[in-house]
Amino acid sequence: MLRVVSRRLIQLFITLLALMTLIFFWLRSLPGGPVDALLGERATPETRARLIKALGYDEPIWVQYGHFLKNVVTGNFGNSIRTGEPVMDVISRSFPATVELAVAAIIIAIGLGVPLGYLAARHRGRALDNATIILTLVGISIPIFFLGYLLKDWLTQSVHLFPPSGRISTGMDNTDVTGLFVLDGLLTREFDASADALWHLVLPALTLATIPLAIIIRITRASVLDVLDADYIRTAEAKGLRNPTVRKRHVLRNAMLPVVTIIGLQTGALLAGAVLTEKVYNWGGLGTLITDSISGSRDYPVLQALILLAAVVFIVVNLLVDLSYAIIDPRVRVR
Amino acid sequence: MSQLAEHKRRRIDELTARTAEGGGVSLFRDAGRRLLRNPTAIVGATIILLFLVIAIFAPLVAPHDPVQRFPELTKDLTVDNIPGPTAGHPFGSDPLGRDFMSRMIYGARQTMFVGVLATLIGLLFGVLFGAVAGAAGGWIDVVIMRFTDVMLALPSLLLAITLVALARQSTQWTVIVAVAIVNVPIFARLLRGSMLAQRESDHVLAARALGVKRRDIVTRHMLPNSLTAVIVQATLTFAVAILDAAALSFLGLGDPDINRAEWGLMLGVDGVRYFEVRPELAYFPALAIILVALGFTLLGEGMREALDPKNRR
Repeated sequence: MLRVVSRRLIQLFITLLALMTLIFFWLRSLPGGPVDALLGERATPETRARLIKALGYDEPIWVQYGHFLKNVVTGNFGNSIRTGEPVMDVISRSFPATVELAVAAIIIAIGLGVPLGYLAARHRGRALDNATIILTLVGISIPIFFLGYLLKDWLTQSVHLFPPSGRISTGMDNTDVTGLFVLDGLLTREFDASADALWHLVLPALTLATIPLAIIIRITRASVLDVLDADYIRTAEAKGLRNPTVRKRHVLRNAMLPVVTIIGLQTGALLAGAVLTEKVYNWGGLGTLITDSISGSRDYPVLQALILLAAVVFIVVNLLVDLSYAIIDPRVRVR
Repeated sequence: MSQLAEHKRRRIDELTARTAEGGGVSLFRDAGRRLLRNPTAIVGATIILLFLVIAIFAPLVAPHDPVQRFPELTKDLTVDNIPGPTAGHPFGSDPLGRDFMSRMIYGARQTMFVGVLATLIGLLFGVLFGAVAGAAGGWIDVVIMRFTDVMLALPSLLLAITLVALARQSTQWTVIVAVAIVNVPIFARLLRGSMLAQRESDHVLAARALGVKRRDIVTRHMLPNSLTAVIVQATLTFAVAILDAAALSFLGLGDPDINRAEWGLMLGVDGVRYFEVRPELAYFPALAIILVALGFTLLGEGMREALDPKNRR
C-alpha cells in the first residue's frame, strides 16, 4: 500500500515538473517573448528594458528556469498582470467558490446518478430504462453553457424561481470563515445566509452536474447489468437471502468499482465545466478567473498557476480514487 | 529471392486472414453485417448522413449567400430588435442582417469541417505515436507514454483552452489544432494498448516464426488488427470536438472571422449574447450541434457493440 502511494507521488511529481517545464519554455518561445506579451507592441524601448531587467529576462535561460522552479516550489507565482496582486492571493480568493460549486455538482451527480443507473438496470428494456438512456445521450451531447442559459432563461426570467447569477444576494450580511458560503452560514449560525447561498447554488450546480450525471448513470447501469448476470448473485438468491441484502451487499457493492473510477475521472470534466458554468452564472470562482485571464491580453502568471493547480487537483483526486479501491474491494488490498 | 518473399507474405496473409475469420466470414464483413442490424448505429448514421448531405449541397439548399447583408433585414435591426421570419427569410435575420437560415445551412459545412479535421489530425498523430510506442517498446515507449501522461494531467477542455490562450492570436486553425492535440494522447494510449495485446497474439507469433520482416509485421499484421478501438473512439471524438469548439467560441477563444458560419460560433457568440432578444439564434445552432453530436455518439456506440468480439455468435 505504502509502496503504491509513494510510487504514485513520485509519478505525480515528475508529471508536474514536466508540465511546468513545458509551460516555461512555451511562454518564452512566444513571438516577441513574454515581455511583448505583457506590454503589447507599442511599449517604449525604455519600459521594455526596465521590465526585462525587473523580470530577470536578461539572465541566461537556465538561470531563469532555476528561478522559476524555485518560485513555484515556494508558491511564488509572481503578480497578476491584470490586478497587480500576488497570483496566490488572487487564486486563494477564488478557490472556495469553485470548490463549493464542484462539490455540489458531484453530490447531485452521484446522488441522482447511482440510483437512476441502478433503477434503469433493474428495469432493463422498459420505459424507465429507455427514457434514462435517451436523457443521458442528450446530456452528453448538449453544450453545457447553452443548458446553463436555458435553465437561467426558464427558471429565473420566465419564472422567478432562482436567482440568475452570483453566489449570494447583495446586502446579505454573511461572515466569511471558509469561503464556502453554505458551510459558513451553518458554522456561524447565520442560517438565512446558508439558505440564500444554497438557493444561488442550485442552477449552477445542476448545469455543472449534467455531464458527470449522464456518465455516472450510464456506467452504473452497465456495471449493475454486469453484476446481475454474475453467478454469485444467483447463489445469493438461491440460498434464500432477502432481496435488500442481495442488492446492498452483493449487487451495489460490486457494481460500484467502475463507478468510483469514473467519478475520479469526472473531476476533470468538472474543472473544465466550471470554466463554462461560472461564466454563465457570473460565479466568481477559478473558472471566472481563467476566463478573465484569457480575455483581452493574457494574464500569463495567473494562467500558469491555474494550469498547475488543475493538474494537481486532477491527479490527486485520481490517486485518492485508486486508494479507495482498497476500501471497496478487498481483493485489491491483498494484492 | 523477392519472389520467395512475395510467396511467403501471401502465405502468411492467408494464414492470418483465416485465423481472424473464425467461422469462415471475415471479421470486418461480419462486423459490418452486425452494424447494419444494430438500431443504435443505424439511427446515428442516418442523422449524420442527413447533415452530411446538407453540408455537401449547402450552396444548392441555402436560399441566400450566408455572408450577404440584406437591406430589408438591416432596416429595423437594432441590438434590441433582430427581425424574425419574413418572406424570403424563413428563419429571420442574424445580428448583422444576414439570412439566418442560409447561415444555419452553411454552418453544417463549417461545423463538419472543424469536427472532421480536428478528429483526423488527432487520429493521425495519435496513431503515429501509439503505433511507434506499441511497436518499438523500450525507452521510446516510456518517453511517449510519459508525454501522454503530462497531457492527460489536464482535463481536455482545459488543455484546449490553454493551447489557444498560449497561441496569442486565435484563428480557425488554432481551434482545430487545439481540439486535435487534446485527443492525441487518448488515441495514442488506446492504440498502444491494443498493439501490445497484438504483439502477444498467435498470428503475430506465426508471422514472426515464418520470418516476416519486423516492419511488415507491424504495418500488415499488428496495426490493422489494432485499429478497431481507435476507429470507435474517433467516431465518439467527433462529437466532443464540435462541443469543445463551441465551448472555445463561448469563452472568446474561437475563430475571430465574423463571416464564418459555424454552429459553435453562432451559438457561443451571438446566440448567447442575444439570448433574451431572439433565443432562436441560440436554439437552432444548439439543436443542430446536439443532433450531430448525438448522431456520432450513437454511431460510435453502435460500432463498439457490433465490433466487440464478445458479441459475435
